[in-house]
Amino acid sequence: MKKLINSPENLVVEALHGMEAAHGDLVKAHFEPNYLVRADGPVKNKVALLSGGGSGHEPMHGGFVGKGMLDAACPGAVFTSPTPDQMYEAGKAANGGKGVLLIVKNYTGDVMNFELASDLLKADGIDVESVIIDDDVAVKDSTWTAGRRGVGTTVIAEKICGGAAEDGLSLKDVANLCRKVNAQGRSMGLALTSCTVPHVGKPTFELPEGEIEMGVGIHGEPGRTRMKLKSADELTAMLMEPIISDIPYKSGDEVLLFVNGLGGTPLLELYVIYRKAAEIAQAHGLKVVRNLVGSYITSLEMAGTSITMLKLDHDMKKYWDAPVKTPALRWGL
Amino acid sequence: MTELDSKSVIAWLRLLGEVYGQKKDYLTDLDAAIGDADHGANMARGFAAVATKLDALEGKDIGTIFKTAAMTLLSTVGGASGPLYGSFFLQAATVANGKNALTAADVGAALDAGIKAVVSRGKAQVGDKTMLDALLPALAAYQEAVVNGLVPALQKAVEAAKAGSASTQPLIAKKGRASYLGERSAGHLDPGAESSAFLLDALLTTASK
Repeated sequence: MKKLINSPENLVVEALHGMEAAHGDLVKAHFEPNYLVRADGPVKNKVALLSGGGSGHEPMHGGFVGKGMLDAACPGAVFTSPTPDQMYEAGKAANGGKGVLLIVKNYTGDVMNFELASDLLKADGIDVESVIIDDDVAVKDSTWTAGRRGVGTTVIAEKICGGAAEDGLSLKDVANLCRKVNAQGRSMGLALTSCTVPHVGKPTFELPEGEIEMGVGIHGEPGRTRMKLKSADELTAMLMEPIISDIPYKSGDEVLLFVNGLGGTPLLELYVIYRKAAEIAQAHGLKVVRNLVGSYITSLEMAGTSITMLKLDHDMKKYWDAPVKTPALRWGL
Repeated sequence: MTELDSKSVIAWLRLLGEVYGQKKDYLTDLDAAIGDADHGANMARGFAAVATKLDALEGKDIGTIFKTAAMTLLSTVGGASGPLYGSFFLQAATVANGKNALTAADVGAALDAGIKAVVSRGKAQVGDKTMLDALLPALAAYQEAVVNGLVPALQKAVEAAKAGSASTQPLIAKKGRASYLGERSAGHLDPGAESSAFLLDALLTTASK
């Protein structure tokens, strides 16, 4: 294992110190329990957005704390859900009196820990709503699995709901908007390489030269199938087809197209993917009216990409365009 | 030993710190095959944290000891194991509240409360390839043998837990991250079932002393 770390045990805490050192105008770090909050928070009379998850997906979620997006983020150990005490303390610190929305990616551990945190916050008299993001079409959605994983739509939901919260919407309305974004967003990813969890020290899975994992999860969970590497255009089509057919999206729909890097894939290649993904969307009659290209929800140093598509409505477009100022996303200010 | 006193409970939790420390790589390897390669590290971190609290718990009632273990696990383990093992000890604590020793029947009631908490938190059942494939048969075996006393009942429970954990090998996972694999999850032991069997095995070791 070759990594720029001092020790696996101190990795997350040292990174939080670094985030604060780099972005102290935007975020404040708290330790034991670990969380990040807006430097100018809590914001009075605004619904507070709290998310969190295992570390290793940066910039998600800590990089999205700031005006127009999250009020607090709780990082767990690498690929491990944060704990209820973190979420509870972060929720209390972020609450501006209008309640707290918990945005939870659908993983068994995350869901259970956020459930406990929700109970703790409610016991303090704080209004809490939880929305579970489950947008990964690679997973069969049935009672026989833990359900679809939460992936790329999470980033978009945090941005859109952050805009809505700044606009003064109630907790219930922000939560319902978040549920709608989740219902209209779909994602799928592929990996060219595995990733190495620092405290494990060896790759999470073996992927022979010339093979890819189609439908990979953001923790290196296996996907639908393992197959030979193909051209970027062919692989983009293999990601787009299951996404488009899942909702299904209809001709004339306005969409946001998000091409994401998993950590080890250069932007150069992501634009090659975007070019083809947009072409495929257009061929289906979809209007790509918003987009995002870059590495925003990663899986350590994994090479690969994920595509997310969201069917937009008027409010979603408005809140996507609303000003945002966070370490990782900034516009309109 | 016919009863489990508070000293033994502390010894059990201390032993778990050692056991999960030793089994860290084993459990992580199992988890790497069908999950996300963190179970060993999470359990080792959580029970090491519990171990640091034990000296201060000398002389406390067993409910307090279990509750402290529960809160420590909830705040240090993360993943799904934190809420599951945390809920196990939290509910076991309700049965053990104010008690300085647990009879064989009390241990059965504590196991029952703890394991039911795992059922309700995890919403899984036998055959889903989870902790419960070890814990539910162990509970049934314990209750069946409880008239014979603490150690004989725990022996039956541990046998059932080990057999239950072994039975997860061919199963297709229906809960947790392993469920994403579908049929590819078959052919691997469930790490949670293994760590649950270790939990009971350590209790037997402690009670047998």
